[in-house]
Amino acid sequence: MTDTTPDQGIPEPEGDVDLIETEYDIGQDNIEGTLGPFGFDIHNPVFLISGLSVVAFVAYALLAPNQAGEFFGWLRPALTSSFDWFFLSAANIFVLFCLALIVLPVGKVRLGGADATPDYSYAGWFAMLFAAGMGIGLMFFGVLEPAYYFGTPWDDAPLGAIRPFDADGNLIAANVEEARRMALAATSYHWALHPWAIYAVVALALALFTYNKGLPLSIRSAFYPILGERVWGWWGHLIDIIAVFATLFGLATSLGLGAQQANAGLEHIYGVTNSTTVQVILIIGITAIALVSVLRGLDGGVKVLSEINMGLAVLLLLFVLFAAGAATILTEFGKGLVAYAQEVVPLSMPFGREDDGYREGWTAFYWAWWISWSPFVGMFIARVSRGRTVREFITCVLIIPSLVCILWMAVFGGAAINDMVANPGTSAVMANVIETYSPELSLFAMLESLPFAAITSTVGIVLVIVFFVTSSDSGSLVIDTITAGGKIDAPVPQRVFWCTFEGLVAIALLIGGGLASLQAMVISTGLPFTLVLLVLCVCIIMGLRTEHAAVKGTAPAE
Amino acid sequence: MFSHIMVPVDLAHPDRLEAALKTAADLAGHYGARVTYVGVTTGQPSSVAHTPQEYAAKLAKFAATQAEVNEVAEVASHAITAHDPAVELDRKLEEAVHEIGADLVVMGSHIPRTFDLGSHGGRVATHTDVSVMLVRA
Repeated sequence: MTDTTPDQGIPEPEGDVDLIETEYDIGQDNIEGTLGPFGFDIHNPVFLISGLSVVAFVAYALLAPNQAGEFFGWLRPALTSSFDWFFLSAANIFVLFCLALIVLPVGKVRLGGADATPDYSYAGWFAMLFAAGMGIGLMFFGVLEPAYYFGTPWDDAPLGAIRPFDADGNLIAANVEEARRMALAATSYHWALHPWAIYAVVALALALFTYNKGLPLSIRSAFYPILGERVWGWWGHLIDIIAVFATLFGLATSLGLGAQQANAGLEHIYGVTNSTTVQVILIIGITAIALVSVLRGLDGGVKVLSEINMGLAVLLLLFVLFAAGAATILTEFGKGLVAYAQEVVPLSMPFGREDDGYREGWTAFYWAWWISWSPFVGMFIARVSRGRTVREFITCVLIIPSLVCILWMAVFGGAAINDMVANPGTSAVMANVIETYSPELSLFAMLESLPFAAITSTVGIVLVIVFFVTSSDSGSLVIDTITAGGKIDAPVPQRVFWCTFEGLVAIALLIGGGLASLQAMVISTGLPFTLVLLVLCVCIIMGLRTEHAAVKGTAPAE
Repeated sequence: MFSHIMVPVDLAHPDRLEAALKTAADLAGHYGARVTYVGVTTGQPSSVAHTPQEYAAKLAKFAATQAEVNEVAEVASHAITAHDPAVELDRKLEEAVHEIGADLVVMGSHIPRTFDLGSHGGRVATHTDVSVMLVRA
């Protein structure tokens, strides 16, 4: 977008917006300078405190691994079992809120002003928001979750669904259909509307207050309607620091655990030793690719990788679809959609349920997990969404990814369940999910039941790695922006710093232990963030109302 | 010799530009050339402006001030919006050279440090066919 303005005077704004008048100048609290050979431009308290507290927590996990493991190992299940009703209710509110925004008149408001044009094509935009938000989970849980619900012998089936196997592992043919239906519905429930509504709330709040209200691209800006000028002080610092903290630890711990998964896959297929050395090499490799990506920037790095990623994922999806029988699987997808529609209300009911194992162990865990990732994913979605209307934004962030996820689960889960039903005695899925629970191998076990397993499993490993790169690079950009007080043109060495720091934290935790306990801590941040997200819904309404009023005053732009 | 001088400006740090601005103005007077001030901004609010439109207006005003203060006869401004200016700046400037049809680029530059990830001026010089003059601050 380029425009030459040889004339002077006040320009035509890009359609009507309702800028918030504030005394705050972006970057006024920043320190600029040079440290040795590097230039920097950082938000003083946020950068330092987040950096130092990350170091402090890593030191705690390394010095007192048993104590940390015990505490966080207790904290997470304690939170998800005491507050499951709260997580479930809040997630339902987010879904209803987003669906309402699609139909309400405020959905017409355009992010970036009434006449703004979208920065990215639909394909590039969708690839980026999908790769940052969910990619890796689909690889890990796509086979595991449906297969688990289908065959679970541990009394944690969703809504107390019937079992398709008897106590000796023999198939009960009459129960298969119902168990399969419930397995797909229960998996789709965790991957469709609810998680994307959580991301959409955060992303919309940030996009609205950045593009239409003129506030810096930082989590604190969304709280302006409630906190007023206080968001520029310690209230805001605190919000931003927690966001940086959750993002960095979320990424670093996933990076460490992801390296372990990739290593397990490599061992399974190629017999590569499963050792810390191999995992450290994997982390260094992933971080190196992410570094190249952030150095090439948003368009030349992150977007290109996200698109490659989507291309590979689609190929794998198509392969599994056709290899496992397209007609059956597509029927499965149709049935999955119907089952989801029928069961989503009972599954999301926060009270009066008996399926504690499913509701507390899976649903509440997922909600806490999505919510703890929402500052990062939301901020990244906001960054690439300028020029979309609220209605278009919600449709593309909520409805389309939901359909894609249900399709993915129907294909991967459907193929896995088919294998379990066809060969209950010899199925590798059965062996790795139900008999010995080794979740990191579930995808490869399913691929084994199809032709060309060596090739597709390799594609699977590559995808796991590239999905980590796309989370790592977009995460580094997000952390860099927050710690630079909302500036997105801070000196390049800063984003190199965060990207490297993330890799180092992952390596330190991998060698010293404590990955799982810190991940439990990140998920624990989901509880306070749930409250924060509920407040954000109110802020969005307040922001959209003034915006809508400002736009209504003139002729419609479309 | 030169008829159209392009001067990249960073509105967030106008003080660092003094020497380059002065030089550009002198050269413009000498050759009777016109000067276009080029700036790169983002879709997101920055320390300079809340929107790309506000940025373009500020850049136009900056050009007008230059015309008065440094006595340049003919000025224009050209605002570019980039998704990720920290890494796209050089490429955007190269594109601007051709877009506005400049035949000389005058830009401010700091003294190289050991670990610079690349000098903007140096890159523009190696990637365009017009003359480039770097003025040390």
